[in-house]
Amino acid sequence: MAVAEKKMAVAEKKTEKAWGKIVDAGLDEGIKKLTPEKIEKVINKALAAMGGARLKTYVDTCIHCGLCSEACHHYLSNDRDPSFAPVAKVKQTMWPILKNKGRVTPEFIRRAAEIAYTECNLCKRCSMYCPFGIDMAYILLSVRRICHLLGVTPLYLQDTAHSHAVTMNQMWVKQDDWIDTVQWQEEEIRAEIKNPRIPIDKEGADIMYSVIGPEPKFQAQLMGQAAIIMNVAGINWTYPSFDGWDNSDMAMYSGDHEIMGRVKRAHFEAAFRLKAKKIVMGECGHAFRSIYDVGNRWLGLKMPPVPVIHAIQFYYELLREGRIKIAKKFKEPVTLHDPCNVIRGRGLGEMARYVTNAICEDFTEMQPNREYNFCCCAGGGVINCGPPWAKKRAISNRVKAEQMKETGAHIVITPCHNCHSGIEDIIKYYKLGMHTKFFSEILVEVMEIPEEFKVG
Amino acid sequence: MFEFLMSEAVYKFVRGPLVWIAFFVCIVGSAYRIYSMISLAKKEKVLLPYLSLKYGLRSILHWIIPFGSINWRRHPIITIVTFLFHICLVFTPIFLLSHNILWYESWGISWWTLPESTADIMTLIVVFSCVFFLFRRIIASEVRFVTYPSDFLILTIAFLPFITGFLAYHQLLLPYRAMTILHILFGEAMLIAIPFSRIIHMVFGWFTRAYTGSEFGMVRHVRDY
Repeated sequence: MAVAEKKMAVAEKKTEKAWGKIVDAGLDEGIKKLTPEKIEKVINKALAAMGGARLKTYVDTCIHCGLCSEACHHYLSNDRDPSFAPVAKVKQTMWPILKNKGRVTPEFIRRAAEIAYTECNLCKRCSMYCPFGIDMAYILLSVRRICHLLGVTPLYLQDTAHSHAVTMNQMWVKQDDWIDTVQWQEEEIRAEIKNPRIPIDKEGADIMYSVIGPEPKFQAQLMGQAAIIMNVAGINWTYPSFDGWDNSDMAMYSGDHEIMGRVKRAHFEAAFRLKAKKIVMGECGHAFRSIYDVGNRWLGLKMPPVPVIHAIQFYYELLREGRIKIAKKFKEPVTLHDPCNVIRGRGLGEMARYVTNAICEDFTEMQPNREYNFCCCAGGGVINCGPPWAKKRAISNRVKAEQMKETGAHIVITPCHNCHSGIEDIIKYYKLGMHTKFFSEILVEVMEIPEEFKVG
Repeated sequence: MFEFLMSEAVYKFVRGPLVWIAFFVCIVGSAYRIYSMISLAKKEKVLLPYLSLKYGLRSILHWIIPFGSINWRRHPIITIVTFLFHICLVFTPIFLLSHNILWYESWGISWWTLPESTADIMTLIVVFSCVFFLFRRIIASEVRFVTYPSDFLILTIAFLPFITGFLAYHQLLLPYRAMTILHILFGEAMLIAIPFSRIIHMVFGWFTRAYTGSEFGMVRHVRDY
């Protein structure tokens, strides 16, 4: 027994950080139900199901050079603490798991979960800095998959996954709440434009517009703004009244692939049922990743089965085609944050700049920018791990605060929900005196309202 | 021990059958590693369809050119040492005059060779690069944190054939015959170690780079360099 225990990988000791020991019932209670035997069984089953081509090749190819370190905002923000380097996160999680063939202690799993869920945003910046292009985000997502199967997930994140499982949306929004919110927003924007319509379940519309659960839950005004843009641009669009209206997918980040697959399928099915020509997504990054990168592949789809475009591209097309005209450009100095999932994940960087320049007068780039931009530290489900981790999230992105401060901008445009909330947290924590805004917020403010839409 | 090392029998063995064994293990072993990697990759249904020749090559090209990628530009010293090390490590043994003579004696083939003084410098570059990497492993905290004994072992495996080759050529430290036998042995050890250690990055690195290049180029429409 003593020998067997000795062979088991244990969690490495960690130097105390400013955020202290964080209590998370999902992790702390989760590991109480584990035994080394159960862990070993679950891990080996999970690894077998993953196939292992990438995991094995990545681990065997990594030469431990540490050149990925400076890619990571966690590493840079925590005074170059080596345990935050991308390769170090793999070293503290997947290497021992593979080396010991799943024989690791419950405490090891606790630490692995903390690393995979809260010390990596899966932004893939490190893949661009690794000479071998090793996809460390994929490895840490695999660690999350294992943690999920072991029942060790951060409580708040797990709650959103539960919500997806029960309601097919992220925020426990019931169908009547959803429909009511859509109709309420139609009423709301009557003050802004004449005879606005938010069509529900309109068959054969050009566009099915989809949002993330938090929009009807507590940011309904964004749905109203989207409706103003749609009406003024004369778009033939609709919302589904039924499940599938929510494009978000926190199950993807908790490691619950089965629920992720169900949620993605429901989203695509909604578009099929409405015979919509394409889906336009609101300003959310991870939702785009879930249909374009992770969820579609789980469903065996190389690309989404319905054309899907992100709001950045949609606004870009509207402005280019002149369907939306700008009355007076936004005056305040702005900067633009490139969200990983649509910039590094889909190359919308130039379109984002086109939109920014079209609607703003005074635009200063962050350095670095585009696909080289630093992550917001909220994405990858990290902000969804909730209040226990909020301080750690802010401390671990000092580099973002410095990067934003240098621009001298007052407004940070963040075309992604996680970036939007996460960067607002960073701004507050470092007292930068800035604010985040979505493109839609500025667009609605500066766009020309044609005569026929003017409320008289 | 010395006499054993100096013996004709040992020389004949390391010069004869062991060379065959080393090359056989290296080539067949590496081929098997590639085969098993591709077999596994086929099982992950969502992997191979994303490979793109164009973007795979674009990525490889940017990373095998010194300063061709963002991270090479960020670390000029590491980049220079890394490139010199790998170029010298791979090309010195292939184009060394004495190796060519051996091939000529055995199989009657030979090709262009490096001037001996150049080869000598290239050998020293490998030797000093190994020392650089050793110190970097010990001094740089982000590297030290992820360093295992196997990392030192790999470095040693690369170091020994070159230092012994240098010493043998200059007839230093040990009698020529003994040093030559050691040199051949360490060279063979390196060949044999390739498929069994993370030196396999010389084989796998092309594939991982090409895959990430494909993802970034074809799917993500961005640069990965």
